[in-house]
Amino acid sequence: MNDLRAPTRQGVLGDEASGAAAPYWQMHGITKRYGGVVALDGVDFACEPGEIHAVLGENGAGKSTLIKIAAGVVTPTEGRLLLQGREVRFAGPQDANAAGIVCIFQELSLLPDLTVADNICMTAPPGRWGFINHRAQRRRAEALLARVGCADVNPLELVKNLPLSRRQMVEIAKALGRGPRMLILDEATSALTAADVDKVYGILRDLRRDGLAILYISHRMHEIKELADTCSVFRNGRHIETFAKGARSDNEIVHLMIGREYTQVYPAKPARPAAPAPALTVDKLSWGHRLNNVSLTVGKGEIVGLGGLDGQGQRELLLALFGVLRGVTGEIAIDGKPGKPGSPRAAKSERIRMALIPEDRKSEGLLLPMSVRDNISMASITRFTQGLGGIFIDRERQNARIDEVVRQLAIKVGDTESPVANLSGGNQQKVVIAKWLMTEARIILLNDPTRGIDVGTKQEIYQLLRELADAGTAILFYTTDYDELIGCCDRVSIMYDGGIVRELRGSDINEENIVSSALNIAMESVPPAAETAT
Amino acid sequence: MTAADLKLRIAQSQGLLIAIAVFALMFTLYISNHPAGLTVPVLTTAANKAVLLALVAMAQTLPVLTGGLDLSVGMVFVMTNCLASTLVSGNPLEVAAGIVVVLLAGALAGFVNGAIVVYGRLQPIITTLATGAVYYGIALLLRPVPGGDVQEDLADFMTYTVVEVVPTSLVLLLAVVLLIWLPFRNSVVGRGCYAVGSSEGAAYMSGVTVDRSRLAAYTLAGLLAGIAGLMLTFVTFSGEASAPIGGTYTLNSIAAVVIGGTSLYGGAGGAIGSIFGAFILRTIDDLLFVFDLPPLWQPLFQGVVLLGAVSLGAARVFRIKNRLELFN
Repeated sequence: MNDLRAPTRQGVLGDEASGAAAPYWQMHGITKRYGGVVALDGVDFACEPGEIHAVLGENGAGKSTLIKIAAGVVTPTEGRLLLQGREVRFAGPQDANAAGIVCIFQELSLLPDLTVADNICMTAPPGRWGFINHRAQRRRAEALLARVGCADVNPLELVKNLPLSRRQMVEIAKALGRGPRMLILDEATSALTAADVDKVYGILRDLRRDGLAILYISHRMHEIKELADTCSVFRNGRHIETFAKGARSDNEIVHLMIGREYTQVYPAKPARPAAPAPALTVDKLSWGHRLNNVSLTVGKGEIVGLGGLDGQGQRELLLALFGVLRGVTGEIAIDGKPGKPGSPRAAKSERIRMALIPEDRKSEGLLLPMSVRDNISMASITRFTQGLGGIFIDRERQNARIDEVVRQLAIKVGDTESPVANLSGGNQQKVVIAKWLMTEARIILLNDPTRGIDVGTKQEIYQLLRELADAGTAILFYTTDYDELIGCCDRVSIMYDGGIVRELRGSDINEENIVSSALNIAMESVPPAAETAT
Repeated sequence: MTAADLKLRIAQSQGLLIAIAVFALMFTLYISNHPAGLTVPVLTTAANKAVLLALVAMAQTLPVLTGGLDLSVGMVFVMTNCLASTLVSGNPLEVAAGIVVVLLAGALAGFVNGAIVVYGRLQPIITTLATGAVYYGIALLLRPVPGGDVQEDLADFMTYTVVEVVPTSLVLLLAVVLLIWLPFRNSVVGRGCYAVGSSEGAAYMSGVTVDRSRLAAYTLAGLLAGIAGLMLTFVTFSGEASAPIGGTYTLNSIAAVVIGGTSLYGGAGGAIGSIFGAFILRTIDDLLFVFDLPPLWQPLFQGVVLLGAVSLGAARVFRIKNRLELFN
């Protein structure tokens, strides 16, 4: 199969002599800071040729930063990188590629408007003097596609016309075509069918036999058990432990992945003798392949958490509830009456009164150049109108209410007429929340609202959520922080692969249960999701 | 090539094929209603007018493919016209040297655009708006009043026919396609331009030399605009620093690119389509003439054709399932 690799590279065992005893790839004391946030903290890591090395960790444990550094996308703040014992520095992905390190990213690195063949032979196409030999390129693409078992894909097809699972296989073919000596797979099987996954396993085992070093990032425990020779666990930007396959049980691995103290203070949860009346009832909601028969209820005055790993459909669920997605099937009932909103405008209407605090406040939540006052009033303008059938804004009434909300949320702003862009992240998030408080929403959906904001503001937000709930608001709260699920939520639904796999309540809401449910592995203490949620 | 391959190729060059068909229809209509019919002089006149816009539209295509826009192509066109009207005359050696300088000046103007966009990280639209004004200023300095001269034998040859049948300007256009466009499209750098326009992030992650591709696109755009400026000098026998000409050609070049099936988002399309887009815009003019309609109607028809072309490209909106993606 060597003929499939880029012509500039020797076989996979090229200069074995110079490698001697040093591991193929080493990272020494690697630290990466983004502003004040430490993504990786003094990490030592090594990867040997001829092994599949699994990297495990929660969201934000530092896995993606680790592979981005190896792939040359991110340069470390401190520390040394060694390739076969020699120190290297990567200015960009090209440098890492040239060194034989090829990464298959979770967000596909394919070019949608180009053909499959163009993509597979992107940087080193066959040809002479900088010109591409299309026939040779096509032959190489066909051979590589055949190797990954996708001979049915026409190399002339545009990538954007392929389904996601095929695209992922093209991505793998592209990586193989670069003749890697270290291959990094970041959740590379997340969109594949079972048959494709088997093919990929077979290819990876072949490559291991050929002496490649393979770094495998996956959240699927069974994949890791099946494939990995070595596992490394990361937590909070630190390398916790590396152990050989089978040296640790599933439970021990989950404990290694969690192992942190509570740092946040949460308001007390109310005792709930009986289930509250449902405010939001979702029945068998589906959307394409991204949402599969999601059913849940949120009662009046209840905070229901949405958990699970990133990208298991939580975001899509909130968007579907808020009327952003087209072609959603299933039923949504508000206060027991059917009422599927067809647009965000319908969702916030008097009949439904729903609010969505979006994930990305800068693009979906705020109008950055406009004033704090304009931002806060944006969703509720229609509630403050007067004259001629309500075409003018009653500034006085509106401003009085804005001042009230600014006080209630303790938004630190000198002048409410100044642009919202000048505020800190925490205060910006408060403005987004204030905007929706103005609509007096009965149902509030939150998409990871505390991401990237300071601890103090986080605690104020927890307090506010509980106050709103006590006043009868139904809250559906998606967060990537497990602490928040435990501290804030009356019930927690864990999503996996577009569906809800478990519902936790009461004392069952703990880290072990959340993490194991998120990984979709059974633990004895976890009861299956109640069929008829109350 | 199998039937399936052929089907794919047709589907992928839909925009180009539609442009060719529309042009063929319009041109047939024009010729069949022309009092003289299809004669060499009629064809030559039509070609000379169309090739100018076709070259400028080819120039515009390259920055658009990378996801940018070049608002200075018309001004480079005018500037090189003024330069050619002072340099391309005298003995054959002087003429040849003059042509080389004119083309280099065009390429340099494009290179400056590219360098500012790539290394200055400025937005292409505002960059080229500014440099376009600069290039127009240079044109005014070169030629404060219309005038100048160009080697007459060469100009005659370039605006008449080869072996009395084929308009020389069409041969020039074909040569540009064969010697510049097709090699570029089949080069690693050229494909880099498509990659950058398709998804800059993914291109970078794939190890594409993003900066070099962008720079090449703008430089080549300058060169093509320079060729057009030279051709304009042959057609008019003089140079004129005319802001209306520069502005009109810039805007029509964008229209021609879109009508020819190139996406303004970048990444898809090509210069051949833009040539036919330019031909279509030019033929509107001629059609109004043969049907005795007032030429004042020309902008209206151009606008309708442009709207029609853009609507074809906007059909994707109906397939979007996440409304947030409508705004991206």
